[in-house]
Amino acid sequence: MTLRRIWYAIRGRAYPRTVGAMREPSWIFYDLTLPILGVVAFVFVYRALGAPPRFTGYVIMGGATIAFWMNVMWNMASQFYWEKHQGNLELYMMAPCGLVPILLGMALGGMLATTLRAVVVVAAGVLLFQAPLTVSSWPLFLGIFALGLVALYGLGMFFSSLFLMWGREAWHMVSLLQEPVYLASGFYFPVRALGLWVGLAASLIPITLALDGLRQVMFPTSHPGLIPVLWEVAGLALLAVGFTVLALRMLRYMERISRQEGRLSFRW
Amino acid sequence: MSSRPSIQTEDLARTFRVLRSKHYPAGEPVVALDGVTLEIPRGELFGLLGPNGAGKTTLIKILVTLLLPTSGRATVEGFDVRTQAHQVRSRISMVSGGEHSGYGLLTVREQLWMFSQFYGLATGEALRRIDELLGVVGLFEERHRKVQQLSTGMRQKMNLVRGLLSDPQVFFLDEPTLGLDVGAARDIRAYIKRWIADRPGRTILLTTHYMSEAEELCDRVAIIHKGKIIACDAPAHLKRAAAGGSYFVLDTERLDGADFLREIPGVARVDAAERDHLTELRLHLAEDGAIAGVVAALTQQGRRILQLQKVEPSLEDAFVTLVGRRMEEADEVRTS
Repeated sequence: MTLRRIWYAIRGRAYPRTVGAMREPSWIFYDLTLPILGVVAFVFVYRALGAPPRFTGYVIMGGATIAFWMNVMWNMASQFYWEKHQGNLELYMMAPCGLVPILLGMALGGMLATTLRAVVVVAAGVLLFQAPLTVSSWPLFLGIFALGLVALYGLGMFFSSLFLMWGREAWHMVSLLQEPVYLASGFYFPVRALGLWVGLAASLIPITLALDGLRQVMFPTSHPGLIPVLWEVAGLALLAVGFTVLALRMLRYMERISRQEGRLSFRW
Repeated sequence: MSSRPSIQTEDLARTFRVLRSKHYPAGEPVVALDGVTLEIPRGELFGLLGPNGAGKTTLIKILVTLLLPTSGRATVEGFDVRTQAHQVRSRISMVSGGEHSGYGLLTVREQLWMFSQFYGLATGEALRRIDELLGVVGLFEERHRKVQQLSTGMRQKMNLVRGLLSDPQVFFLDEPTLGLDVGAARDIRAYIKRWIADRPGRTILLTTHYMSEAEELCDRVAIIHKGKIIACDAPAHLKRAAAGGSYFVLDTERLDGADFLREIPGVARVDAAERDHLTELRLHLAEDGAIAGVVAALTQQGRRILQLQKVEPSLEDAFVTLVGRRMEEADEVRTS
């Protein structure tokens, strides 16, 4: 299959993610208001404790990152499960482009739509609280952001096949993974506060390293980083490759099982 | 045009492992297809007729590469569905009845464009085909409407356009008019006929459990029951294969039950349907003369005969002869 046809399939599936999100006004509440409310609560806690202003910045960055985690869990990991029940999955499976570009399209659409939301959360936080957000190195910042996205959506793609096979349990898994990750990944505080080893264990979730790396680039002298930022970049690159490979293998496995057993892709 | 069949199956079988449940207390394997052998030449509109659970959908799922057969072999356009799925997929398309695919927030045109991208159509060409096909099925004016705002009939027409966008060599239609109102179903049937007439060499495999649909559309029909093909021929030939004897349709004042008619000598089968304060009886008699006994029995019951007509055997009659019960009865047996 030519790259052009793969790109067509990717953009085709990305389209409803980007355009559809704008047509659903409830996203303003769920994806913007709720994270901002979480941010507000922690900002007031830190201010009441007399914490330095950079803590406001930590919290705003964490609030923006929540949008990505929620998107990955609800709109990537669970997506094949929803697609199956809508009857889309079997159409996707029998499309000549195959499932890989469709899954990549889902990820790309999710990244674009969520990046916009994250930018809005950051802008709202900065405007409301005059948070000191500056970037010491834009190439490093963008590199960490891009690698973090690839690793995170790679994890989401891996989960999408896994959750499909788990069936209804997928819903519980999404709920189960939501709040604990807010804690373990240090969304509202430097993850180093959990200790090096807990932080490293939490780094299996790419958002932990990405968030800590971004904070190190934004507060180079004052942020207590988990590990040196370049190590975090290397870790993210490893996770990006690892999860992408794992996702593709899982997808092939899911397709094979689906054709053998017939229960995964059909609305029976 | 190649003489190679468009669809070919040899001794195709599919068994499902079923977990222990109320319906399957023993948890034994369920045989969905049992040695199906078919050959469908290019250019044919072929029907698969059978009650719910007969194996129609399983056969289609295997042919469109969504399901592997347990044994046997199937090819579509010469490609093995088991080992050459990619080649098969680029030549086929499928539309199912009651399909709710896609995303409600997209407009009709956007949704169809999205699906066209999975088949590698450039945007300009895709939009040209979309507008043309929407015009043909009478949905052009709705092209900017959100999918979630469409009626069931409109939605199924859109699905039909989705299936045709890639201009498939083989088009699979799985109960395409299921749940549609009479008008929408008629429009869809009309377009299916026109599509294949305009494109010699294309093939349609249609599953249905509407006898009239199979009779109206199909060049040949296979009757599938309990996973086996029990007859396969042109509808006219199948009708001739219906049991000998005579067929009558008789309208009478409403009857409380038609069992007494089954006791009359020469009456092979009676099917009664209630409508508009009358009972319509479809009678299969051993010979014409047996109708006298039926008329006499109704008169004795004090029921006026409103209409009596001798008719040709229908596909339904052929189905009854082959399966032993009417389609609705077979559906009910499965449901219960």
